[in-house]
Amino acid sequence: MGNIILKIDNVQKSFGGLKALSDLNLEIEEGKVHAIIGPNGAGKSTMLNVCIGQLAPDSGTVTFNGENMIGKSPHEINQAGISRVFQTPEIFPDLSLLQNVMIPAFAKHEGAFKMNLLCSLSNESAIQDEACHILEDIGLTAQLHTHAGSLSRGDKRRLELAMCLVQHPKLLLLDEPTAGMARHDTNKTIELLKKIKERGMTKIIIEHDMHVVFSVADHISVLAQGTIIASGTPDEIRGNPKVQEAYLGGAHL
Amino acid sequence: MKSPTIKNDMFVMLIFSAIILTMPIWLKPLGAGYPDLLQKFAIFGIFAVGYNILFGLTGYLSFGHAAFLGIGSYTAVWSFKLLTMNVLPALIFSVLLSGLFAMLIGFITLRRSGIYFSILTLAFAQMFYNLAYSVLTPITNGETGLQLARGDARIIDRLFSDAGEGLPSTNFFGLEMSGYSGFYVCAVLLIIAFFISQRIFHSPFGIKLRAIKSNQTRMKYTGYNTRPYLLTAFVISGMYAGLAGGLMAATDPLAGAERMQWTASGEVVLMTILGGVGTLIGPMLGVGIIKYFENIFSSLNDQALLQAYSFMPDWLANIMVTITSPFVGEGWHLTLGALFVLIVVFLPGGIMEGVGMIKKRFSKTQANTETGKL
Amino acid sequence: MDAIFLQILNGLDKGGAYALIALGLTLVFGTLGVVNFAHGALFMLGAFCSVTFQKLLTISKHVKDESITFFDAFKDQPYLEIWFGDFGKTIIDYSVPLSILFAIPVMLLIGLIMERGLIRHFYKRSHAEQILVTFGLAIVLQEIIKSMFGANPIPTPAPDIVSGSAHIGVLFGLGESVVYPWWRLIYLAFSALVIAGVFAFLNLTTFGMVVRAGMMDREMVGMLGIDVERKFTIIFGLAAVVTGLAGVMYSPILPPDYHMGMDFLVLSFVVVVVGGMGSLGGAVTAGFLLGILQSFASMNEVKAIIPGIDQIIIYLVAVVILLVRPRGLLGREGVMED
Repeated sequence: MGNIILKIDNVQKSFGGLKALSDLNLEIEEGKVHAIIGPNGAGKSTMLNVCIGQLAPDSGTVTFNGENMIGKSPHEINQAGISRVFQTPEIFPDLSLLQNVMIPAFAKHEGAFKMNLLCSLSNESAIQDEACHILEDIGLTAQLHTHAGSLSRGDKRRLELAMCLVQHPKLLLLDEPTAGMARHDTNKTIELLKKIKERGMTKIIIEHDMHVVFSVADHISVLAQGTIIASGTPDEIRGNPKVQEAYLGGAHL
Repeated sequence: MKSPTIKNDMFVMLIFSAIILTMPIWLKPLGAGYPDLLQKFAIFGIFAVGYNILFGLTGYLSFGHAAFLGIGSYTAVWSFKLLTMNVLPALIFSVLLSGLFAMLIGFITLRRSGIYFSILTLAFAQMFYNLAYSVLTPITNGETGLQLARGDARIIDRLFSDAGEGLPSTNFFGLEMSGYSGFYVCAVLLIIAFFISQRIFHSPFGIKLRAIKSNQTRMKYTGYNTRPYLLTAFVISGMYAGLAGGLMAATDPLAGAERMQWTASGEVVLMTILGGVGTLIGPMLGVGIIKYFENIFSSLNDQALLQAYSFMPDWLANIMVTITSPFVGEGWHLTLGALFVLIVVFLPGGIMEGVGMIKKRFSKTQANTETGKL
Repeated sequence: MDAIFLQILNGLDKGGAYALIALGLTLVFGTLGVVNFAHGALFMLGAFCSVTFQKLLTISKHVKDESITFFDAFKDQPYLEIWFGDFGKTIIDYSVPLSILFAIPVMLLIGLIMERGLIRHFYKRSHAEQILVTFGLAIVLQEIIKSMFGANPIPTPAPDIVSGSAHIGVLFGLGESVVYPWWRLIYLAFSALVIAGVFAFLNLTTFGMVVRAGMMDREMVGMLGIDVERKFTIIFGLAAVVTGLAGVMYSPILPPDYHMGMDFLVLSFVVVVVGGMGSLGGAVTAGFLLGILQSFASMNEVKAIIPGIDQIIIYLVAVVILLVRPRGLLGREGVMED
């Protein structure tokens, strides 16, 4: 077992009478691609939001590289090294693709706030180059100066990934990255995920699409009714009867 | 969207400065070349350009900026009364004090966004307005407004000369602030203000503000603490408003609370939107058009209208007068309101959007979708 | 004790006005999702319905004044008086309450025109644009009224019979000297009645149920195949009527003038925010509470401690609420929260 980069310890979270997460324990190993799967309503989004700091758990701890993550604001979480991709791609629709990627690059270099009011944007060639480079890797160079709002959903997803990657995050959280995608786009996303896998970045992917999960995951955890019912390698999970039961009566994975 | 280059910016600055400085000349044939109106163009131009830095770049709609106009005015008049008739200290204090208040108000109001923010700014503006007419009358002189008096201290002035007969006039190191010289002082300040705004628009800071407007959630999750960015934009626009208020008092040394009414904030919103929110010259265009037509329309009365329609047969002329008379003279505000509605409904991007659309029609079809560069 | 009681009454009837306006505003915002800066103008238009009706009733003829004998004098005598004598006089006297009958269809019409003509095109547009266009509309309405009726407030007195004060203190076991104007008590009762009517409508009719459902989840209701468009128009009309009626009955208390809409608008938004945007109960509660608060703040004893407090107390409360509990007193969590 390598270095544990994210540790979720005994997290409980209830919404009124509904217990969304109970006795949630999870350890994410550095450099691995860790998929979280589970039936609908299992609490995957809640778990992600707790990891991210958007939701404070009722009890329990979330530590990232030894640092407590509970109560941190979104920008602090990002500055700690966690980037995330949303279910619906969150990009800057009014800016160009290049500008979209430059913004995260600035944040990486300058921190949470910098009052560079009077210098010229056209002078920031280092940042511009970095952004171009990433867009090349992702394959969106042709549309450098296009309005991001006019992109297809698949392209928006790739742009969002580019925006995360330019910051070289220690941990990348992907919330159902292929949601709503056609087969073609899904395959392209899988290719992309495999490509960036090589960088050694730790990734947590929440997914419904088993094809995606089994193509890229090193480790799978199954979340059902707010708690982890099984955790292991893809092969271990495939044969696990508890998991089959959780997914509506033993349908084949 | 290609990034604007520094050379491009300098070019725009040059043209802008030339246009502004020669206003007395080219506005004369339009009947608008006289000092009072020219000063108004410059002063409201400063106000609108500053307002656009907040509203145009971040999308935060403030209805409270009239309060900073008021603060700037009152501060300036107090400087004239206590220190000197020279406008430089007055303007410096106006800017600093409104910046300070902007920081306080912004700190509170920016804790929310969207409608809540707008309502909060409205609430503050109303508070200031009410206080100015009631509790703060020692400072503001309530309804009568704050005026200069012969018996004012003017300590700095007294160091150099004795008090003369009658009321002294405001000056910029000897240059009278009334008439054309007054206009030129305002114009130079406008050019500087425009220059600063251009730099902000084209800086990394500016693009980050635009990103906040585009998707604030994403900004936060990208590692940005958006609050100080917004506060900076708010304070800067507040200082611009303070400068405008100070200049209002400098060119006409009277400060009244009616300047702080939120309808004054509404006016600057209209000017910004008419010209084109988020563009550099949009606000200036808006100011020019509104103030120019205000000048014409408010002085029209039924007689003047009859004259205008004199080429028509009498019965038609009378009908035309009845139709158009509610829109002129006292009814200028009606026209303004109607214009506001029409712009927001049909052309929310203002004149600059219209210009952009015309440009697109006439230029060759391009593969990329380009947006306005100014 | 007497003074406190009086202030509470004072606050309640002003609060009634706030509550009614805020109710209309919340209906529109909660169901249609539109921020309507022209809402204060509806209040003002209601008040001017009362003015118009009064003017209609008192259309006069220039007649000779018989009561003056040593020279020829003339006066204007309303036609109603000429035709119906004392009965005519009574009708004119009761012009304000009677104008309710006039105001309901007029305000309904105005609301329908506003919604169909302008508001409905802005359902999908941003809140900022909604604010802007309704703000412009408010100015237009205000200026039209100004050009029609002039810039000065126009007195519209209450019927003679209720122009005095009631010895309300006696009813509550307080001193003989505790009196309160009849009309203002009537206004309080009236606003309570209208509020009750609106809540009854919302809770006891099918239409009302759809409105409430729409307030909770607009998209869902649309997808259920219910004709939302028409319902929206009706809701807006209803809100216009409610607000207009608040204005009609308020006209004896505050002589209508063209900018009363804007004055009440800021206050009503503050009320809605304090009550919780999207909560009808919150709007009403906050309206009354803030009315009472403002009333207490204008007591001389209070003003002596903190001068000028009456002017700013409502705004201060709004600021505090917005900072501490942005969803307001009774708002649902997550509605427009950051």
